[in-house]
Amino acid sequence: MILCRVIGNAISTVKHPVFEQYAVMVCQPVDPQGEPMGRSFLSVDSVQAGVGDLVLCAREGNTARQILAKPPMAEVPHHSVILAIVDEVELRGQATLSGPGE
Amino acid sequence: MQLAKVIGTCVCEQKYPTLEGVRLLVIQPHDHSGQPDGPPVIAADPLQAGPGDTVEWVTGREAAMGLPNPFAPVDVGIVAIVDHYWGDERYLG
Repeated sequence: MILCRVIGNAISTVKHPVFEQYAVMVCQPVDPQGEPMGRSFLSVDSVQAGVGDLVLCAREGNTARQILAKPPMAEVPHHSVILAIVDEVELRGQATLSGPGE
Repeated sequence: MQLAKVIGTCVCEQKYPTLEGVRLLVIQPHDHSGQPDGPPVIAADPLQAGPGDTVEWVTGREAAMGLPNPFAPVDVGIVAIVDHYWGDERYLG
């Protein structure tokens, strides 16, 4: 799982039908201090996260499929999903990050 | 899943039978600010995207799942044509 900050979203009209019920967010991986780390990527939102939220993302197809595949669509082309909204990150007894953006 | 810009097309005469009828596009992955992220790759396209379009793409087993034949030997696939995207680095604090 990757700690990320949601910094935007992507809107599409022409898409695979399974994407119709979910928002796709732009996620920037961050380290436990909140510093950006690497390039941003897209993630399907399963927990109603908003822009500015600190979230946990899984970038792996089977995890995404377990959460998002619903009958009759068992095979879905999702590869990345937002799993949780982070309230706080604590490192060596000290809170380093809180949920909402500045 | 990631953003990419379609920069070209790829045509193959000889191919594995289940790849028949699958459009192949050359895409350049990029991040929310338009910065290229890695080298261009060839992606299967079931959505009729064209050069100049911004698309959303997936890698791995899921790439074939967007195609009419989900068992086609494909590891990069386009899943959406993006109309608009944005990312604001001010949210990083």
